Amino acid sequence: MCGSDKKLGEIRALILVGGYGTRLRPLTLSRPKPLVEFANKPILLHQIEALVEAGVTQVILAVSYRADDMEKELTEQVSKLGVSLTFSHETEPLGTAGPLALAKDLLNTSTEPFFVLNSDVICDFPFKELAKYHKSHGKEGTIVVTKVEEPSKYGVVVYKDDGQIESFVEKPQEFISNKINAGMYVLNPSVLSRIDLRPMSIEKEVFPFMAQDGQLYAMELQGFWMDVGQPKDFLTGMCLYLNSLRQKNSDKLHDGAGVVGNVLIDPTATIGNGCRIGPNVTIGPNVIIEDGACIKRSTILRGACVRQHAWLDGCIVGWRSVVGRWVRMENCTVLGEDVIVKDELYINGGQVLPHKSIALSVPEPQIIM
Amino acid sequence: MLKAVILIGGPQKGTRFRPLSLDTPKPLFPIAGLPLIQHHIAACAKLIECKEILIIGSYTTTHMAQFVSDMQKEYHVIIRYLQEFTPLGTGGGLYHFRDQVRAGSPTAFFLLNGDVCADFPLKELWGFHEERPSALVTIMGTEATRQQSVYYGCMVREATTKAVTHYVEKPNTYVSTLINCGVYVCSLQVFHTMAEAFQRKQDGFYSANGQNGAHPGYMSWEQDVLSPLAGTNKLYAMQVSNWWSQVKTAGSAIYANRHYLELNKTKLEAPCQIYPDVYLHPSAVVDSTAVIGPNVSIGAGVTVKAGVRIKESIILNNATINEHALVMYSVVGQEACVGEWSRVEGTPSDPDPNKPFAKMDNQPLFNTDGRLNPSITILGAGVIVPAETILLNSIVLPHKHLTRSFKHEIIL
Repeated sequence: MCGSDKKLGEIRALILVGGYGTRLRPLTLSRPKPLVEFANKPILLHQIEALVEAGVTQVILAVSYRADDMEKELTEQVSKLGVSLTFSHETEPLGTAGPLALAKDLLNTSTEPFFVLNSDVICDFPFKELAKYHKSHGKEGTIVVTKVEEPSKYGVVVYKDDGQIESFVEKPQEFISNKINAGMYVLNPSVLSRIDLRPMSIEKEVFPFMAQDGQLYAMELQGFWMDVGQPKDFLTGMCLYLNSLRQKNSDKLHDGAGVVGNVLIDPTATIGNGCRIGPNVTIGPNVIIEDGACIKRSTILRGACVRQHAWLDGCIVGWRSVVGRWVRMENCTVLGEDVIVKDELYINGGQVLPHKSIALSVPEPQIIM
Repeated sequence: MLKAVILIGGPQKGTRFRPLSLDTPKPLFPIAGLPLIQHHIAACAKLIECKEILIIGSYTTTHMAQFVSDMQKEYHVIIRYLQEFTPLGTGGGLYHFRDQVRAGSPTAFFLLNGDVCADFPLKELWGFHEERPSALVTIMGTEATRQQSVYYGCMVREATTKAVTHYVEKPNTYVSTLINCGVYVCSLQVFHTMAEAFQRKQDGFYSANGQNGAHPGYMSWEQDVLSPLAGTNKLYAMQVSNWWSQVKTAGSAIYANRHYLELNKTKLEAPCQIYPDVYLHPSAVVDSTAVIGPNVSIGAGVTVKAGVRIKESIILNNATINEHALVMYSVVGQEACVGEWSRVEGTPSDPDPNKPFAKMDNQPLFNTDGRLNPSITILGAGVIVPAETILLNSIVLPHKHLTRSFKHEIIL
């Protein structure tokens, strides 16, 4: 048996799916956030696949909203991966720590540590390294941290050179550090004794105490990281992800006439003549891109159609939507499911709710209901 | 024998037509494929009695020479350009060149403002004038809304004879909804009236020792001739309901473009999908996948590449519109260039379609907040718009090479 592929025992993972996904509206009005396709695959599936590769055999989803939809869709796909999926349904929102208490019985079935991750996170998932590092220091918990440009938007993590965490500072006013909590942890089941079954924040009510006790360590993430919970970051995350695919020399990326930079195109999509696609574009299944269209830094979801000579930059086009001929869309325009944009319009930063037909230009950012 | 006089002003006039008038004299600006005053000339030439057309203005002859010679060849009427030695107002030029007008003893002459557009009813106007032997001047009038009438010359008429009993130019308060269209028929005796007005002005000039500013030959046709003639049974007005509009701004050029295209429908061998009405110069090169119209005029030597969409716009000579671009409610200047996938878009300022007799508004450039009023987008001559940019409600002065998108701005 080769050592590099050692399975790490009955490892479980808990994914905090949480609630309504309001920041990713209008997309999340039609589908639960974890099922929104990121680079042509539901975000949750990116995470579960990475967990499975690290030897996880049971995934617990802590959800508070639309659990049934997700159960229906995911169970089949996930079973193909050979991992079991369990739903832990919060009837009231339990914050970022409470769900662990809710799932206590499932998590306590083994003395092995378990993974916890935030469902909005996309990165080069380091679960194998995380588990190894956690075993090496032998303390109660390890948090993945990542370097960001604007740390004051997040919770900053202060830690010693050997990795031991000293403190957390939420949204600091003055620069303290540029390392933040990346939303992925590995915890020993003993941590569960620190969590009650009530709304609890893991960053505010659990981690600081673990840090005080010297039981919390930080592992720096290599490579890209993004919280894709809102459209602007969703697109940035997509660019980072595609770039990472390129560096791994993936043949998943598309090449050919009219393709510029990193582009992901589902095999069932059709692209017309004279188009320019990319850089940083993902095109989903059954999408039709007609002649002469130019698409940059955008995601086109399943079944959508971009008609002739349209020009898109920094947009998310929802499932089955139609973008008319000669339309210009830019500045983080998000079309919900089944939106129709009539020919020749200009949409600048529009957020369009599902099933809407747009007949007038939107020259300044606006929400269209 | 009849004659026609077309008054065209000079470079000091028509400043609201900038930047289009920075490269081309406004009277020569092409609308529906023809220079603005060619529409006047064509209307006059339709009357076989009209033997000579005199164009009076203060542009230099060099500006006008080519145009005049082209018009002669086209219409087989004597056409001459008379340059005022100094701007003499709406009446002074006519009076100064009265001998030219009177030469050959025409029975009467038409007088037309160079900056109006209309379905000119010259034959009917002449007939109306002939029926009234005492008439010195017959004015073509049309109905306006109460609010808008104060921006024009307003006339009150006697009901049966149609004599104008009162005329006031741009009153401060409402006088009448019947406004002066700037198109007239005049008998030669009108020069006597002008001579009296001229005399009064001379006396005033010399008694003030030349201190009251304007050249002594300066005369206003409206203030110095029409106004005094009102109430003397020598001034008449014929009301018409034909389409009529002033052309003061680029926005009104787009509006006039639409109406002239409708009036002068041409048979087009469509090189691509066309929504009528469209004027396409024979030397323009248009890709078969382009979609043009409605209400588009494309000048000589223009190149329209694949997948382009143009509507409600005027594209001047030798401009280039690159692949997949969209141009609407805009004027693209001579030799200008619009990059691939770009969007050049303006906002129309048409008359309110809900109000009968509404005219164009001729808004000021800026509103009371100091912001640019949405209007037709204009690219001056030689302007370059790079690929994939948007130009919305903006005005770009000639020869500017843009490097990014602009909205609601004037780019010098």
